Amino acid sequence: MIRKELFYIEISSNPGIVPLNEIPVLPYEDFCNKTISLLSREANHCLNYFVNESGKLLFFYMLIANDDSHKILIYSHRQPSDIKVLDSITKSCFQLHSFEREISENTGISFTGHPWMKPLRYPFNRADRNSILKNYPFYKIESDETHEVGVGPVHAGIIEPGHFRFLCYGEKVLHLEIQLGYQHRGVEELFLKKSGLLQQSILSENIAGDTVTGHACAFAMIAETLGGIEDDQRLKIERTIALEMERMAVHLGDTAALCGDVAYQIGQVACEALRTIVINTMQDWCGSRFAKGLIRPGGTRYPLTLELIKTITQQLDEVNRRFLEVTDLIFQNSGILARFENTGPVSRKQALLAGAVGMAARSSGIHRDLRKSHPFLAYQGLAFPMVTLESGDVLARALLRKMEFESSYSIINQLIEKIGENESNTCLPPASIKFQPGVLCLSLVEGWRGEICHAAITGQDGNLVRYKVKDPSFHNWYVLALAVREQEISDFPVCNKSFNLSYCGNDL
Amino acid sequence: MLRELKVLRSHGSQFVKNLRTQPVSAIFRGRPAISGDISSDEIELICGICPVNAIDKKSGSINIGKCVFCKECSFALPEKIQFTNDYRMAVNKWEDLFVHPGTEIEIRVDEEHIRKEIRRLFRGALKLRQVSAGGDNSCEMELAAAGNVNFDIGRHGIEFVASPRHADGIVITGPISENMSEALQLTYEAIPEPKIIILAGTDAISGGIFTDSPALNRKFIEEHNIDLYIPGNPIHPLTFINGIMDLLGI
Repeated sequence: MIRKELFYIEISSNPGIVPLNEIPVLPYEDFCNKTISLLSREANHCLNYFVNESGKLLFFYMLIANDDSHKILIYSHRQPSDIKVLDSITKSCFQLHSFEREISENTGISFTGHPWMKPLRYPFNRADRNSILKNYPFYKIESDETHEVGVGPVHAGIIEPGHFRFLCYGEKVLHLEIQLGYQHRGVEELFLKKSGLLQQSILSENIAGDTVTGHACAFAMIAETLGGIEDDQRLKIERTIALEMERMAVHLGDTAALCGDVAYQIGQVACEALRTIVINTMQDWCGSRFAKGLIRPGGTRYPLTLELIKTITQQLDEVNRRFLEVTDLIFQNSGILARFENTGPVSRKQALLAGAVGMAARSSGIHRDLRKSHPFLAYQGLAFPMVTLESGDVLARALLRKMEFESSYSIINQLIEKIGENESNTCLPPASIKFQPGVLCLSLVEGWRGEICHAAITGQDGNLVRYKVKDPSFHNWYVLALAVREQEISDFPVCNKSFNLSYCGNDL
Repeated sequence: MLRELKVLRSHGSQFVKNLRTQPVSAIFRGRPAISGDISSDEIELICGICPVNAIDKKSGSINIGKCVFCKECSFALPEKIQFTNDYRMAVNKWEDLFVHPGTEIEIRVDEEHIRKEIRRLFRGALKLRQVSAGGDNSCEMELAAAGNVNFDIGRHGIEFVASPRHADGIVITGPISENMSEALQLTYEAIPEPKIIILAGTDAISGGIFTDSPALNRKFIEEHNIDLYIPGNPIHPLTFINGIMDLLGI
């Protein structure tokens, strides 16, 4: 399961666990060079790079996924708590930019050579209390011919807040700077503060309310691994079905929203109605349209009975039939194609450099999907394609949703076939789980946006001393900023919706 | 043309005929009902289980403005506590958020307590400005769903507008993060008088699972009178719709 190689320790499972004292500690220069070398290969991408303070030391953990070997590489470096300056790795390896910004914001460490030390989310416990949202110096162009457009934090629609500062030349966007942090609630600190499994489970559901199953599964996988709880194959299958239903439901909603943004009402209402069917089916399963309450560590209150499977099959067959009709209509409509095609393009090179994950990566031709590279829950051995498109524009991101919907439908059907006539035998979730002390535990889930990574560190008594949440939006917000360059500002809504990133997932 | 007709035929008629009586799943977690004979030992048990301290230690009443509807109290004492699928839970007084043991009453808005100008001015057309102040996006999506082809609150002249200048009131979701507190205040101030304040979801009403977070700033809630509380985690569109219809007297 764990192989110790030279400078890193390798994990072969997802979720995975490793004793803290087995994680190699490298001198910083070595750490930097090895990281740059690893991440120069496309198959490697950074899952998480974060700090844990312990005693008078800061431990920096690097978690890298290798999509070819299906392994996770972990190594670290260590600094005294009062360290003020480190050399930036971002300047050679751009995909780390958000991670170094996050570390800097939390610890006050300055990364020399980092191209842009922009605050990430203004957390309540940030090192520099003088840094506030109001006094952030946005990038400016001094010219009589350009102007700035500021949008947000409050937006026109019913969506979360964030600030978008456009630098424009007439209608054309030269540069977009996105400022987030408005939704910061202190999630990571709350994981440590909350007493008990139930509170932590509920917290995980509320990290990003449109990715309930994604984050709740990530937490459940960590709690179960820390507690040495035996794998329950049926439970894994049921969770996988829930995760795929969430994916389908959101893709339907996004297709509706994209139609709405180009004033294609029939597409919008048809997809809205289909999303209602899927989430009402989720409500039939567990009492909540968003699956809150369904996923708990070690068991479930809402087993997927054969009776429920009949309902799900019936409803999803109907939704699938109708969605094929609607997408047949949408994607041959010349008005829609004119709005979507070549709008907001992100090249493969840009997406790779920026460290894109999930749908944003796959729309630009990058083969990145944790369900394939680091299978978890019940994905091992299922037959479904890695869905990618090449053009990286709004059309690609819209089409990708249709293709992933088909893929999810197939996955659910395969799992239902696997279940056959066997009634659910999952057990009730335990009230508490005793966690293994002195370990680093991580879980990876391909949520509907992309790669979710949770990492937990336990102290000597088994209590959580650090809980690191990474939502896929953490990587992808910058990709959106790249997408709108040289585009018409009036195309911004459709570009934004084609990504549909999480503000609260980024802000935690 | 043929493709359009196919879609329209499959789509059929989607709007919910009666928003007051539309049934939801039997296991939807709505208004709780607590037995009058719940013992003090049983109350102590569920107080220990409740993840958000929504249960009163003495009386066993559940505050549905704090409740995250996880139903763990009911799982522990299924004979004494049930979460009915009654989605009509909106109230306009803080005290009415408490569901007391032994009371099988339906939860309704207190008509006497509604400001006169609300019905006079907004009954035919209510325009609302939504502000997400740390919301996790689930309540926001359900508020958007209230205007979709199925629930269609537009039929009663209720809609969400892009600018606070065009609005009659504000609908707040989320526990109110410190980083959104100023934007919330500014948006509210930009709404012309008279205006109403609606809190949608547990997080907005009490902070929910985020209650003890130092990243919040709930001064706005403390300093203003709230016209409508919509419980839920997240709210169900029908809870929101029925609450507004009650408030407006539709």
